[in-house]
Amino acid sequence: MAFVIKVNGNSHSVDVDGDTPLLWVLRDVLGMTGTKFGCGAALCGACTVHVDGVATRSCVTPIDSVGSSEITTIEAIGATAAGAKIQKAWLDLEVVQCGYCQSGQIMSASALLASNSHPTDADIDEAMSGNICRCGTYLRIRDAIKQAAQSSGQGG
Amino acid sequence: MAIEHLPSRPGAPEHAGSALSRRRFLQVGVAAGGGLMLGLRLPFAGDARAADADGFEPNAFIRIGGDGQVVLTMPYVEMGQGTYTSIPMLIAEELEVDLPQVRLEHAPPNEKLYANPLLGVQATGNSNAVRGAWRPLREAGATARTMLVAAAAKRWNVDPASCRAQSGEVLHAPTGRRIAYGQLAAEAARMPVPENVALKRPEEFRLIGTPAKRLDTPAKVNGTAVYGIDARPPGVKIATLAQSPVFGGRLKNVDDTAAKAVKGVRQIVRLDDAVAVVADHMGAAKKGLAALVIEWDDGPHAKLSTSQIASELETATLNPGAVAQDTGNTDKAMARAVSKVEAIYEVPFLAHATMEPMNCTVHVREGGCEVWVGSQVMARVQAAAATTAGLPLDKVVVHNHLIGGGFGRRLEADGVIRAVQIAKQVDGPVKVVWTREEDIQHDMYRPYWFDRISAGLDEKGMPVAWNHRFAGSSVIARWLPPAFQNGLDSDTTEGAIDLLYALPNVHVEYVRVEPPGIPTAFWRSVGPSHNVFVTESFMDELAAAAKQDPVAYRLALLDQAPRAKAVLVLAAEKAGWGQRLPDRVGRGVSLQYVFASYLAQVAEVEVSKDGAVRVRRVVCAVDCGTAVNPDTIRAQIQSGVIFGITAALYGEITLKNGRVEQANFDTYQMLRMNEAPAIEVYIVQNSELPGGIGETGTSAIMPAVANAVFAATGKRLRKLPIDPAALKQSP
Repeated sequence: MAFVIKVNGNSHSVDVDGDTPLLWVLRDVLGMTGTKFGCGAALCGACTVHVDGVATRSCVTPIDSVGSSEITTIEAIGATAAGAKIQKAWLDLEVVQCGYCQSGQIMSASALLASNSHPTDADIDEAMSGNICRCGTYLRIRDAIKQAAQSSGQGG
Repeated sequence: MAIEHLPSRPGAPEHAGSALSRRRFLQVGVAAGGGLMLGLRLPFAGDARAADADGFEPNAFIRIGGDGQVVLTMPYVEMGQGTYTSIPMLIAEELEVDLPQVRLEHAPPNEKLYANPLLGVQATGNSNAVRGAWRPLREAGATARTMLVAAAAKRWNVDPASCRAQSGEVLHAPTGRRIAYGQLAAEAARMPVPENVALKRPEEFRLIGTPAKRLDTPAKVNGTAVYGIDARPPGVKIATLAQSPVFGGRLKNVDDTAAKAVKGVRQIVRLDDAVAVVADHMGAAKKGLAALVIEWDDGPHAKLSTSQIASELETATLNPGAVAQDTGNTDKAMARAVSKVEAIYEVPFLAHATMEPMNCTVHVREGGCEVWVGSQVMARVQAAAATTAGLPLDKVVVHNHLIGGGFGRRLEADGVIRAVQIAKQVDGPVKVVWTREEDIQHDMYRPYWFDRISAGLDEKGMPVAWNHRFAGSSVIARWLPPAFQNGLDSDTTEGAIDLLYALPNVHVEYVRVEPPGIPTAFWRSVGPSHNVFVTESFMDELAAAAKQDPVAYRLALLDQAPRAKAVLVLAAEKAGWGQRLPDRVGRGVSLQYVFASYLAQVAEVEVSKDGAVRVRRVVCAVDCGTAVNPDTIRAQIQSGVIFGITAALYGEITLKNGRVEQANFDTYQMLRMNEAPAIEVYIVQNSELPGGIGETGTSAIMPAVANAVFAATGKRLRKLPIDPAALKQSP
């Protein structure tokens, strides 16, 4: 059946089964390939998007559970204050290597920063340990989140 | 790409001390559109073919257009290791342009033209992109700069010596005139090609050695970077597949009634040993696949298990193998030794588990085939697609993409072959995406190796005899057969032979044993990932047998290896070696010379009462010669360390009844943020030839961790991954 979902402020009508994971609607139906497939079982975090601001694994989120929620993806996260700070910190600290997991990392980090402007190491572990990075960029991710938080403190 | 060929010139001989015998060639001409074009060759290492070649064929091109943009077409791919930034630095340095002025283009697949000078095939691997390009690209940059300066001097009618190049312009200081490269490019192409160009001395470098910003990063933080899995040719369908769960098995029967009823499912494709579901989107394809009722014929490997493979390897090490090193007289020295230490080591099969699962998009048409993929081996992809599709090579077009993790996995074309087999039965383009489970259970694995090693010690406990024999698969023997000679290849033995230490009598043998049905492949650092674990763990055993400090013991054997000694001293000092640690916390050291770089690591680990190992801190000291991009070197070592800790703590692919037992990240675990140690990287500054860096951290960390566990618990680990049950504190 057809579902109307709201992604990055735009409404889209998609005709798929209700149990279709949001990930495939984004990537294959809407052609928004910034959100990545890694495991299909909420084990790696590569597919993380925001559903009403909450970091959510889109690979296990059936489209019929989304309703009228606001979905935000990596393509639009730079338009949010937290997302822009995170992206800038990622570039400043040269976090990225192969980059494949980084959409998910940035989405998890942005959700953390939006809800907690001064995360501790434990907060970062809690929010980020669901995101696997095979290139092992964890140390720079941690530093970048802290830098982004500092810029939050200074600039609001 | 049109190029007006000018006579080629042989270059001056490579300076003494280089490990590579290079014969330099350069072509200069007018580029299509009127710019300056340089074609250069990155010749093979010690390869007769390069020297014997009748005609000069460039395999990399630098084009300076009328807009001043410098475009480099080069054979290496970006997998996250920073190649796309480090390589342009080499040209920009000598050409005197700023880094953003250099743009990269993927080289099209052509094995003959784009061969990697150290591998001899079009491949990015073996940590050698910077090593291979180091001199040729700087020479090309210097040649182009000289010709641009000559063109400006001619236009102004002044002495070229009174002009200099800076930031993409030629300046004439006495008159203050300046002119951009773009305006000079066409004239420069007609200037005489200088016979000799002087390269900068290291103290004159302005880019090399600076932490340059990675050029590929911005697109990777906003979702616009396009990986192979993101390819979307118009009308593309999505397919996912189930391959015979036992290697070598066949598809017997498929009931697809329920699958065909799934909304969005378009087609079921049957192959000899696999079945694929083609659908409008991956959600439907996966749902369709789950709805298939498949019967397999498991074939000859139906009962295969890891223990069977290990026991075959164990037996193989009882018989002699190919002699990889024979120095002095080991038998005699062993007989005279005061004491003897013997050990058996084993390392497991490992999967790559790149974050981007295997995928390949293919459109097979009447008389042609198009492929969209991210690959480390473009020419192999093209050849594999052509053979599978039954087409001539020139009818196959390959579009390369960013790679979401390589680690050796994308040096193989097995996924391309599979995708073409499926695409041959599909009308229109089809993107074949492996589920994570298929990706892990149908990987090509880092080989399992079994080692017997022994040493004879003198009255002071120092080694006088070293005897090492190991058995396992040779990846090179399959991947590059000519490089496997007399039962040996350079990868399988790297890190096991020609050790840094002063060992008077050394005997090393390798027995090639291919596991039945299990495909093996390169895996970040490959041979060294096994050999360095064995040799550096065993060196630690010798120090313990001699009742000596592991660092002091190694240092006593390094008088002939000053660079190795320097990194070991540096790592130990920075790590606070010798300082007291709490109970069940220990430090372990490792030292290696692989991929032409020296690396010492000190790992600090904590072992809980129930045996869980946590790596708290890792200190690395590296000497990789000239550090082209220090930030990338730090990042690559940090990356290699995390990769290696993952393997040491969790990495293991096992087989039961012919089936891989691991499937996703719950059963094939990765190190996560909360487990990541602090990692410090210290780079020794010098101007030696650059060494490789992308894989070094991985091999060094495994013995460092195992040795630290020994320091913390007194338990020696001779098998990976670490088994927490063996480290449980007795009540």
